[in-house]
Amino acid sequence: MAYVIIGNSAAAIGAVEGIRKVDRETPITLVSSEPYHTYSRPLISYYLAGKVEESLMVYRKKDFYEKNGVKAILGCRAEALDVEKKSVKLANGQKLPYEKLLIATGGKPFIPPIAGLDKKNVKTFIKLDDVKEIDALVSRGSKVIILGAGLIGLKAAEALAEIGAEVVVVELAEYILSSILDEDAAKIVQKHLENKGIKFELGTTIEKVLGDEEVRAVELKNGSTYTCDLTIVAIGVRPNLELVEGTPVTTEAGIVVNDSMETNIPGIYAAGDVTQGYDMTYGEKRVLPILPNAYKQGETAGINMAGGNAKWAEGFAFNSISFFGLPMTTAGIVNPREEGYQELEKCEPENNLYKKLVLKDGKLVGHISLNCIERSGILTSFIREKVDITNIAEKLLNENGLIVLEEELRHRKLVGGGAA
Amino acid sequence: MALSYAVPNFLIERDESRCIDCQVCVRQCANEVHKFDEDDEKIVSDTMKCVNCHRCVVLCPTKALTVREFPLEFKKNGHWKSDDIKSIYIQAETGGVLLAGMGNDKPYPIYWDKMLINASQVTNPSIDPLREPMEIKTFLGRKPASLEIENGKLKTKLPPQLELEVPVMFSAMSFGSISLNAHKSLARAAREVGTFFNTGEGGLHRDLADFGDNCIVQVASGRFGVHQEYLDAGSAIEIKIGQGAKPGIGGHLPGEKVGPEVSQTRMIPEGSDAISPAPHHDIYSIEDLRQLIYSLKEATNYKKPVFVKIAAVHNVAAIASGIARAGADVIAIDGFRGGTGAAPLRTRDSVGIPIEFALAAVDTRLRQEGIRNQVSLVIGGSIRNSSDIVKAVALGADAVYIGTAALMALGCHLCQKCYTGKCNWGIATQDPRLVKRLNPEIGARRAANLLKAWKHEIKELLGGMGINALESLRGNRLMLRGIDLTEKELEILGIKAAGE
Amino acid sequence: MKRVYAKEEYCIGCRLCEIYCILSHSEYKNDLIKAFKKSLQRPPARIQVEEEGALSFALQCRHCDEAYCVKSCITGAMQKDPETGVVFNEKERCVGCWTCIAACPYGAIIKDETSKKIASKCDLCGQNETPYCVQNCPNGALIFSEEPPYKTSVKGGE
Repeated sequence: MAYVIIGNSAAAIGAVEGIRKVDRETPITLVSSEPYHTYSRPLISYYLAGKVEESLMVYRKKDFYEKNGVKAILGCRAEALDVEKKSVKLANGQKLPYEKLLIATGGKPFIPPIAGLDKKNVKTFIKLDDVKEIDALVSRGSKVIILGAGLIGLKAAEALAEIGAEVVVVELAEYILSSILDEDAAKIVQKHLENKGIKFELGTTIEKVLGDEEVRAVELKNGSTYTCDLTIVAIGVRPNLELVEGTPVTTEAGIVVNDSMETNIPGIYAAGDVTQGYDMTYGEKRVLPILPNAYKQGETAGINMAGGNAKWAEGFAFNSISFFGLPMTTAGIVNPREEGYQELEKCEPENNLYKKLVLKDGKLVGHISLNCIERSGILTSFIREKVDITNIAEKLLNENGLIVLEEELRHRKLVGGGAA
Repeated sequence: MALSYAVPNFLIERDESRCIDCQVCVRQCANEVHKFDEDDEKIVSDTMKCVNCHRCVVLCPTKALTVREFPLEFKKNGHWKSDDIKSIYIQAETGGVLLAGMGNDKPYPIYWDKMLINASQVTNPSIDPLREPMEIKTFLGRKPASLEIENGKLKTKLPPQLELEVPVMFSAMSFGSISLNAHKSLARAAREVGTFFNTGEGGLHRDLADFGDNCIVQVASGRFGVHQEYLDAGSAIEIKIGQGAKPGIGGHLPGEKVGPEVSQTRMIPEGSDAISPAPHHDIYSIEDLRQLIYSLKEATNYKKPVFVKIAAVHNVAAIASGIARAGADVIAIDGFRGGTGAAPLRTRDSVGIPIEFALAAVDTRLRQEGIRNQVSLVIGGSIRNSSDIVKAVALGADAVYIGTAALMALGCHLCQKCYTGKCNWGIATQDPRLVKRLNPEIGARRAANLLKAWKHEIKELLGGMGINALESLRGNRLMLRGIDLTEKELEILGIKAAGE
Repeated sequence: MKRVYAKEEYCIGCRLCEIYCILSHSEYKNDLIKAFKKSLQRPPARIQVEEEGALSFALQCRHCDEAYCVKSCITGAMQKDPETGVVFNEKERCVGCWTCIAACPYGAIIKDETSKKIASKCDLCGQNETPYCVQNCPNGALIFSEEPPYKTSVKGGE
């Protein structure tokens, strides 16, 4: 019996902890192309802004591998998967046989097909190495173009602005953070970021990259031109499917998994940003590239790999993010594109505040809480637990609480905590 | 609008060096005395609204609060005391009857404090209750004139009796005048200690249906909540004729206090005033009373003792004699200090007589008539502690009722504002926000503790007298001596003066 | 594990639990006056009273067996002690991203922005026998017990 885990981030660590819930003995081999002890990817923007030291970026303590009986092969890429022989070939030539394999290779940045984006000072913003390179290139007054106004692009923008760079964010969509906010909320956040010195070019993209070895300026489709010292491409991540390409493992947008997080090939599991797993709010399988999701998927996979029984049934997007002290949490469906949804909104731009509840058939399926995040996990739990909030939605729009619940459900919450 | 002449009764002092602005006082005062002033960022207190119930004082985590009498003095006057003057201002303003809660608080003599208990020295040994058995179990009910014993066994069939582990019961307080949590507290405490609580004229809430073995159900002039199941539920039935706090008048539970639970329990419409007439309209004579006593006995197959409760009034001895002859098993007499949820102030403070005299007079009279064995005597309306009980038993009581003391065990601070329905201690209120302040688990423990403590003390006092059974003290007036009493008072009490 | 449970029928909304929670986590563990008057920046209470009409209750972290906050924590700062079951937040590694707040089904995690931004939550008063909130509840509305006070047909949360 041998467990092999490809990856070293949230899903991989979740899998280790999941396996160890069931099986304390069997060795686990973990392979990562990055040379680092497991670290928190979302912290790279904090690192760049100088808010955390590298030593505090560890996702689990230094003794994690040892304590959990994990042999970690770090800085070595898993190159090929042989489904027949049940083995993974590493970049150093080593072949790792497995009985249960987890693919948690995460996502890779999507680089749009624009000529010149392969130049030296074009960077992405996913890994620790990315920010180490960026850190070496920027200083106070540096001019930075960021392509993409999503979570990653804007966290990069915030960090760079905090260290004194002049930041211009270019986004094809008409408003920022379109994956987690609606337009009204996005406008508030954009204004807040503009007040902090970040410039936005929306509804456009880079037409032309100018410069020889390095990018010196970019020309936008809308005609504007910006000189720059650095360009960061952050228009999204795609599942990193290289390892399974050419194998019988089924992929669509990501590796397709069932509710045990197992792929179509028995014994091979996948979790995290690389997978396409069930999203309960949409009722379909989607790639959900967020950390809590990755951890829970990894844990679910790990438990099942070790012979336990865990089901992945409650995945959906949820995020918490702040920009210059303006916090927001969002979850589920925030921008319904179809009929049949009810939307309740509270919009107070003067207070930088926005709240939106999205209901379907009386049940909460999504929310945006901008600058009113207190206790918003209660809303997240209502989505997860499919609570009918028809009668309490108006109250929840003003304040999150449990007191609005009917007695039975309220008591269930009051005595919660024990394993279901 | 004309100016009100009312002035504050109390002064709230806040020690700013101790106040941490936690606002517990603000949240706890149902009278809305304390308020957090957002502008000044501090708590301010409106003394006019304070009733001196001590809720804020007790709950304040830093003990930053104290309440004192408002220092304002009227010009000295040997006849007009400040209460007299203030009452006139209020009535001149409102044109209404003055209301009061709890018992008569005027400085009349307290005869319990003018009687002293004996103790053994040399000639007969005192008893240490921790080392030797001591019996204070009490049976209430009619006792036969003689007992027939056959083959060492009792042949006489005894009338129904109530068995008390301690000679103290909780007196009648209705659900309505007090909260359900107060009722639950007393019911649980009665069960734990082995005594009884009394429903008062408010019926028995369904949550307390299981407490029948420790419950006396009352039938009063309004007959609220009385039905067959109710009579069956209790261990005894008490016919209430009068109450020490308001002899001669009925009761009035305002409609605001008649919520769904009270309404259901009393079997009256929600929100309607519950008015108990001054007399029972079917009782105009001892003979009529006898009819009701026997109706109730008949309804319950002669299995339950029937109490008749009266207020201590001038002619109490003759009335008690009549009640005994009417067939009551127990006579309960409520003295002029007895409490109430609401009574006209002038009635509360001026009508009735001290229970000490009433008890002595009734016991003496029943003995003289040779019918003392036909009834048990329970007295209430003034009992403050275990020595009051010992004195009462020596004067002739079989057991005592406590109401005020029981409520104090639950938290009552005697502010006497029961009639406002804003009891901050969750006792005399039906406001659900206030009712929940009295946790019946805690209330029951406190009430039971009080009775347990008194039980210990009663045993100590008995032991000191060299008596090992409470029965031996009953009516044993030689165990009492009077102090600071006139010849006449000593004569009525039937005791000698100290030194005699 | 032993948890703090609220009995809503006896909660009187006095908020002494919140006040004593602040004391428990102040530098003056036994002196309310100092804790409130000398600490210039008081951290928020980790227990919160909800109140509406006659209904009120105090709730803090449920120390879930399967804690969403722990699983969602992006830095690994939020952890569940395998021995005691206490869910705790390691200050140094917490960056105040509030993902735990977005995850907690009970709304039991509180923003503490008194100095560095950190997620603040009930720690059951460290090694204290009975947490301060329970000790100082005047009406027995908080209990520290293995057994919950309400039997519900479905278990809540995780």
